[in-house]
Amino acid sequence: MARDDSVKELVDRLEIPFNAWGVDPFGVSKRHLVIGFRILAALYRHYFRVQCYGIEHVPRRGRVMLVGNHSGGIALDGAMILASTLLEMDPPRLAQGMVEKFMARLPISAPWSAKIGQVVGLPEHAQRLLEADRMLMVFPEGARGTAKLYKERYSLVDFGTGFMRLALQTRTPIVPVAAVGTSDAIPTVFNLEGPIAHLLQVPYLPVTPWGLPLPLPAKITLHYGEPMYFEGNGREEDDVVHRYVDEVKKRIAALIDEGRALRGGRR
Amino acid sequence: MKILIPGVAGGIARKVARRLADQGHEVIGIDARPWPSPPKTVEVHRVDVRKRAAEDIFRRRRPDVVIHMATVSALAAFGEERHRINLGSTQAVFEHSQQYGVKQVVFVGRHTFYGAAPDAPLYHTEGEPPRALEAYPELADLVAADLFAATALWRFPKMRTAILRVCYTLGAPGSGTLVSFLRGKRVPTVLGYDPLFHFMHEDDVVQAILLTVEKRLNGVFNVAGPQPVPLSDIIRHTGRTPVPLPEIVLRQLLGRFGFPRLPPGALTHLKYPIVIDASAFQRETGFTWEHDEIQTLEIFRDAAPVR
Repeated sequence: MARDDSVKELVDRLEIPFNAWGVDPFGVSKRHLVIGFRILAALYRHYFRVQCYGIEHVPRRGRVMLVGNHSGGIALDGAMILASTLLEMDPPRLAQGMVEKFMARLPISAPWSAKIGQVVGLPEHAQRLLEADRMLMVFPEGARGTAKLYKERYSLVDFGTGFMRLALQTRTPIVPVAAVGTSDAIPTVFNLEGPIAHLLQVPYLPVTPWGLPLPLPAKITLHYGEPMYFEGNGREEDDVVHRYVDEVKKRIAALIDEGRALRGGRR
Repeated sequence: MKILIPGVAGGIARKVARRLADQGHEVIGIDARPWPSPPKTVEVHRVDVRKRAAEDIFRRRRPDVVIHMATVSALAAFGEERHRINLGSTQAVFEHSQQYGVKQVVFVGRHTFYGAAPDAPLYHTEGEPPRALEAYPELADLVAADLFAATALWRFPKMRTAILRVCYTLGAPGSGTLVSFLRGKRVPTVLGYDPLFHFMHEDDVVQAILLTVEKRLNGVFNVAGPQPVPLSDIIRHTGRTPVPLPEIVLRQLLGRFGFPRLPPGALTHLKYPIVIDASAFQRETGFTWEHDEIQTLEIFRDAAPVR
């Protein structure tokens, strides 16, 4: 893989308050971002040949929440969204995801996820990042989303409501985003739970027709929608919040449909 | 004002005593440990704060303010003895303060109160409970001392009580947990982990304690200065060499072959961060720090070069 100096330039242009050593108050490290994004950029451009639509809907500055769908065993969708906001936006932005707790417990994964801005999925973290005017990346389906099987790939499981209350409380616009094709890269036929997953300290292990969850070079497309603004304070009744969440969910479902239509035929 | 400092022989406590004396306060220090040549302006009594003679000092001198710095960490004393020191001294300080009309007690505690855990929030706020005590039971006495000190807020409402949870400190070279940890040329780390460490310059801590007294603070406050830094950067920028070892191996080496004598639970502090949100303290006192994280490490490196 050729060294990609454009990635370093993009990382240098991130509007994040790094100290003189390139570390921000949350422990995000420029040095690690460059290494991580070189790999992601290569996957994004050459392996999955990602096509990104509607990136202009993502605000260039200020707090924002990217809310997306999960599918395809591991969070490939998250990784490609992460790559897209750095590679396609001007100025580039860092999407900060909310990772599963097990990732913060395991060696190597713990420091790396933190240093590339992916923090443990706690409401406190989300709120703090938004108050610092960062860009949050949220998958309200959680691990149940990545655990979808291939045949369920375009469906959406239940959305959590935490993200909506937080958006209301912090007055954060929500940008819906759909990732299409990640299930073609990792078509899960079933999920291995029990002792092996337990031994690896992961919630489940996706199994593909070829066994391991190693992705095929399937084409992935990303579809960003217009920002959605909701009025409130985050202390609304459940049915109000559920209604708002459903609006976001419908919007993402529509973006998935648009994506499938663009890809032509039954996909 | 008349200010009494139990634990005055500690590194930061000495500086606090000097500064207060320079400001014109009458400063009285108590410590079971020696302070060989204190400045003439500081009256030092070599006595254990838990002993009768210490109570006599409270009774005779009637201090206005007590700054309690007579707690010790896991590095300074072991087992039962540390429990007795930390809880016994805290109990004695508050009882005597209440009895002899002290107006404000400042308990100088530690940010390790919050514990290190993979699923804990990165920036701890004062309303959070202590976590991960089961992983590091040796911290229980300091956590208990902190919580016990805070009971003075409702037990003695006429007295002002400030509980400070101070992050790690470095100086030139300074003293304390992080200074001891960085003593050698090679510093052990846990392979596959690189947590953020929150630290500030000793002189800034001294300033924070002075402000706590000046502003007559009441309540529980985190005290920190500049942003935290990954442990590996701290080690490298102070001219040391990180030695990453698998946790299983490191556990066996603790206290042997020149490795620091740490309880096994301390390894959780080398895996997961303890970072605090000190905005409430900054808001209440107007505290700003003088040394940022980079200067602080440079000062420490120059004062404690590796040979």
